Parts: sequence; structure tokens; C-alpha cells
Amino acid sequence: MLALRSNPTFFCVVRGAVERLSETMGFPESQCRSITRAVDEALTNIARHTYNDRLDEPITVYFRRTQRNYRGDTQLGLEILLCDRGSAVDCSKLHGRPLEEIKPGGLGLYFIRQAMDTVEFMRKGATNRTRLVKYLTQTNAP
Amino acid sequence: MRIFVRHLDKTTIFDVSGDVDFANSPEIRRSLLHEIQDSHTPRVVLNLSAVRYIDSSGIASLVEALKASRDRGSRFILFGLGTSPREALQLSRLTKVFEIYDNEVQALAS
Repeated sequence: MLALRSNPTFFCVVRGAVERLSETMGFPESQCRSITRAVDEALTNIARHTYNDRLDEPITVYFRRTQRNYRGDTQLGLEILLCDRGSAVDCSKLHGRPLEEIKPGGLGLYFIRQAMDTVEFMRKGATNRTRLVKYLTQTNAP
Repeated sequence: MRIFVRHLDKTTIFDVSGDVDFANSPEIRRSLLHEIQDSHTPRVVLNLSAVRYIDSSGIASLVEALKASRDRGSRFILFGLGTSPREALQLSRLTKVFEIYDNEVQALAS
């Protein structure tokens, strides 16, 4: 578990931790980078949209091993849960922009969905939960 | 992140190092747009060879710089993309939108 504040200056610390953790779990290098990018973009979304750029609000990131049965195989995975206490997220407004449009913005969510097998946004009490899961497949298992 | 600026004839080269993320991408955006829009530099070159990571806000800053340079009729060139920045541009399907070269010699010769 990592507890941090919503100041993006410190997100590099989380990036370092996630990259090492995904390496340790046996993900290939490219997936370590994409998982790291997804977590960083999720943190940025929290800082920008639920905390409206306030710098001193709490964010907690939980990591755990998980597994699923997929087409007869057991797949191990990495589950990352990001919790914040900012304003509620309107899931209907969560959409990236079409990539054909060459304009700034709207890429973060696209990066997250490209990288992860599961992307979920939930509200429980006063807490927003962003749940990200990536599974090790046979082709990328150590 | 650090930015060093070099001026060579009608070209300005930005040497960027470190991670480009939400914490510092406004700085690179400001620097690039100032050079393109206010200084009217005909060719702005961004050296990314010491950049290990660039996030979506960094990509957005590059897109803004590209649009500003097109509006001004100037050129905006990238070179030295490492693995992660190149992946981010590929994911965004922007590698064909930017002028990208492997190194400074190629970028300046273009």
C-alpha cells in the first residue's frame, strides 16, 4: 500500500514502485511500462478531476496479486486499487477522444484502457475507487 | 525535468531531460509555445533523447506545439525518442503526424 498526496510532483515515486513490482511479477518490459503508464494516468485523473488540482488531498494505492480462470487456465494478475476522497466521478463522462482527432487531451483514459484487462470506477461512501487489473498470460508469464 | 535551450542560426533546440508528466508539462508547453508564437522561430527542434517517460499531458503539449507551428508556417521537429516516449506516441497514433528523426544530425539536416 502507498499513501500519498495529490501533488503530481510525487507521482514519479509511484511510477518507480509500479514498474519494479510489475517486473518482479514477471510481466514483460513493454507491459511493465504500459501498466506504469496506466497507474500514472489514473493518478493524474484523480488529481485533475476529482481533486480539481488541489495538491494536498489523500490518495491511497493498494496492490495485490489476484488470479482468474480463463479458458481453462489459471492466470495470475496484478490488481491495483486507487482510492481518493474527491468529488464523485460521473462515469458517463469518462470517455477518451477519437484518436483521429489531432488535438490535445483525452489520451489518459485511452492509455489506461489500452494497458489493462480490467478498468473499473466505483463510488463507495465518500471514496472513489479506480480498480485496474492486468493478468499474466502464458505468453508473458515468467 | 530540465530544459536547456540552444539557438543555432534560425533553429532553436530544446534539450529536455527527465520525466515529462502532469507536474511539469505546463513548463515545456509554455517554453515551446513562446518560441513558436512569440519568437517566431522558423524551426523548433525538441531533443527527447534524455527523456525516459512522457505522459498524456506531455503528449498534449507536443500536439499544441505542432498545431502552433502549423499555424505559423514553421516547423516543429522531434528527435531521440526512447522506448517509452515512442510507445506513447505510437499508442496515440501520432508518430506519422510529427516530424521525427533518430538524432540531432538528421534533424538539423532535414
